[in-house]
Amino acid sequence: MNDEHRQKSFWRTYVFSLDHKVIGLQYLFTSMAFLLLGFAFILLMRWQLAFPGRPLPLIGGLLPDAIAPGGVMLPALYNQLGAMHGTIMIFLGVVPLGVGFFGNYFLPLQIGAPDMAFPRLNMSSYWVYALGGVVMLLSFVLPGGPAQSGWTSYPPLSVVNPGQTVWLLGMTFLITSSLLGSINFIVTTVNLRAPGLTWRRLPLFVWAQLITAVLLLFAFPVLQSGAILQLLDRVAGTSFYIPMGLVVGGKMLERAGGGSPLLWQHLFWFLAHPEVYVLVLPAMGIVSEIIAANTRKPLFGYTTMVGSMVFVGVFSFLVWAHHMFVSGMKTSLSMFFMTTTMVISIPSVAILSCLLFSLWGGKIRFTVPMLFALAFLPMFGIGGLTGLPLGFLPTDIYLHDTYYVIGHFHYVVVTGTIIALMAGVYHWFPKMFGRFMDDRLGKIHFWGTLVGMNGIFMPMFIQGLAGMQRRLYDPTVQSHNLTTQFLSPYQLASAILLLLFQFPFLYNFFKSMTKGAVARENPWDATTLEWACPSPPPHGNFTSVPAAHRAPYEYSVPGRPKDFWPQWEKN
Amino acid sequence: MSESAAPAFPPSTPIPSGKLGMWVFLSSEIMLFGAFISAYIVLRMGSPDFGVPSEEILGRPLATMNTFLLILSSFTMVLALAAIQRDDRRSFARNMISTLGLGVLFLCVKMFEYHHKISEGLTISSGLFGSFYFTLTGLHALHIIGGLVFNGYILRNGLRGRYNAQHHERVEYAGLYWHFVDLVWVILFPMFYLV
Ligand code: HEM
Ligand SMILES: [Cu+2]
Repeated sequence: MNDEHRQKSFWRTYVFSLDHKVIGLQYLFTSMAFLLLGFAFILLMRWQLAFPGRPLPLIGGLLPDAIAPGGVMLPALYNQLGAMHGTIMIFLGVVPLGVGFFGNYFLPLQIGAPDMAFPRLNMSSYWVYALGGVVMLLSFVLPGGPAQSGWTSYPPLSVVNPGQTVWLLGMTFLITSSLLGSINFIVTTVNLRAPGLTWRRLPLFVWAQLITAVLLLFAFPVLQSGAILQLLDRVAGTSFYIPMGLVVGGKMLERAGGGSPLLWQHLFWFLAHPEVYVLVLPAMGIVSEIIAANTRKPLFGYTTMVGSMVFVGVFSFLVWAHHMFVSGMKTSLSMFFMTTTMVISIPSVAILSCLLFSLWGGKIRFTVPMLFALAFLPMFGIGGLTGLPLGFLPTDIYLHDTYYVIGHFHYVVVTGTIIALMAGVYHWFPKMFGRFMDDRLGKIHFWGTLVGMNGIFMPMFIQGLAGMQRRLYDPTVQSHNLTTQFLSPYQLASAILLLLFQFPFLYNFFKSMTKGAVARENPWDATTLEWACPSPPPHGNFTSVPAAHRAPYEYSVPGRPKDFWPQWEKN
Repeated sequence: MSESAAPAFPPSTPIPSGKLGMWVFLSSEIMLFGAFISAYIVLRMGSPDFGVPSEEILGRPLATMNTFLLILSSFTMVLALAAIQRDDRRSFARNMISTLGLGVLFLCVKMFEYHHKISEGLTISSGLFGSFYFTLTGLHALHIIGGLVFNGYILRNGLRGRYNAQHHERVEYAGLYWHFVDLVWVILFPMFYLV
């Protein structure tokens, strides 16, 4: 028994592992690859936006004439890259990284559990996710090519465009994977907490992951139903989203009709608004952990933060139609969703304020993870504040579908969430591999990333305010865009800069895995349970059952010899 | 580290994880069907071209009988669980077989109904009513098939003596799922046949 266990085959250890840490790492590497791919797509698109009609450098000559004659991308390719960029970044990149990797690896450790509640289910959720990714990638080589109706896939365009069927199939896998994962996270958090780890002692990261799991659980089935209807519209001749007498390409569609394209928008945004909190809650959790450990004092307003996260979770189901203000909804409905949108920004501000007040009077250690976490605060702040004019009906009518919206959500997701996820990687790296990442390379990565990101997204607000529409293949065809066109080459340059500054990170990551300075069990002198187990944690995580004796962030408690009092230390 | 040396981690609530997982899963199923049903209600009330078919095509009596079959199967499922809880294996097996049989019968009647409707010209692409009817009852039928597989597995394990008065959690989980699927039908039936 003993030996059999030790000599598990390569396949069982690294590929079809049931260990939450290995599954977490599989999510990490897969989602990082997808993030790079999604980034590559956008580089091509930004070239087209900066120099419309000029052949793509380097790879232009390699592309087949059918999609890019003479190296100049055709509008169809631009649309395909755009749709796949959004899909990949959100469903195959950021969520699998924030939930699949961070949740899988650190949630069981932080609650003092030996593994997830259902390890086999956990393994399947990774493989179903991977399958979804493969299906999405396959669409590039299948006839019809990838989807080209944006990540939002609005009908009737999405019903008549080629490529969409494969997209819907891929989404079905990704949705299933998320559902399996969220069941596991919820049951694990409820049932596998270490003795003494009551709800009021739960680290904020765990709270954030739990609420995220609940959002995924309730929001994704609704998109699934919408996707099934869209699939049937494409393959079975139904007309759920097809109105009577729709004319496509000069010909009337031979359908029974009677359906409504708006139905899709409701089903889609019922998922997709909660989805934006799925993107951002794990980031808030990570930043909270890092700020607590690096200010050496308890977080300000733990209860307020938990309450705000729960409130955001519930309310995120009541604001979806703020994406549809110009769709011709009744004014009374618009008023309702405008009000709820204003209400939901209050808890977001509360969370951000608590994190900000936590810095006050702290002995701040400017470690690399802390730099990223600190940058999250103002950057996410810009994202949130620019959301307000969008939630406000009169201003949104002007701003809707412009680059201003693109700027808004990239500030929240990229300079907000992705910055926080990077912070998390640096923070927990010593736990995962028992070694530190290099400090100097980390700082280079940080500054380059910060400058690059702002260089891409800040000009979008100006372009949007000047009236530049999103999804434009060639912005110069509209003369009012000529005034802001000069910004585009700078955005392209910033994007290339951003890419270049990811190489120090990748090098640092892979080199430090085996060569970095050796780290102790608890290298940051932190207090939560994941620092109680060996680094890297063995199979089963803890050598004895840990217990939680106090609140999660007991730093600088007066009268204690050390400036941290771990949850697991009895006294 | 070997399994035997691993420390024993106590669960933090008295509810078994499997049961919790089943409830969490069913709550996501509620959202799935809830979304379809909302879409149906919105379009039925809002679209001028919904096209509700005549009573003759709908075949209300047959569907009423089918509803009755399914409710009966929920009842035998309850009896099966009660039987295993008092260690009565024979009654457990008898009731599980009835549950499975009633489920299969439901599907057969459904097939017959489909055939009848299609031959009368009501198909998935003939109009919104038909689209919703076949999509939703089809999805429900898939859930029934899933339930039959689950229940078949429970019956097999039961016949091999895996369950007894102390250990019958899985029978309970299968029951939860089966009752849920029945409940969905009890909502779909009036939606399509009565109003
Ligand atoms: C805090 C207050 C926030 C408000 C008031 C707000 C408001 C809005 C509104 C009204 C829109 C629709 C604009 C339009 O299309 O005309 C929008 C778009 C969007 N927001 Fe926010 N938002 C907020 C925070 C966030 C957060 C935290 C995230 C993500 C982490 C986020 C992600 C997005 C995304 C992805 C879109 C664009 C979706 C698309 O059209 O493709 N927002 N926001
Ligand atoms: Cu929204």
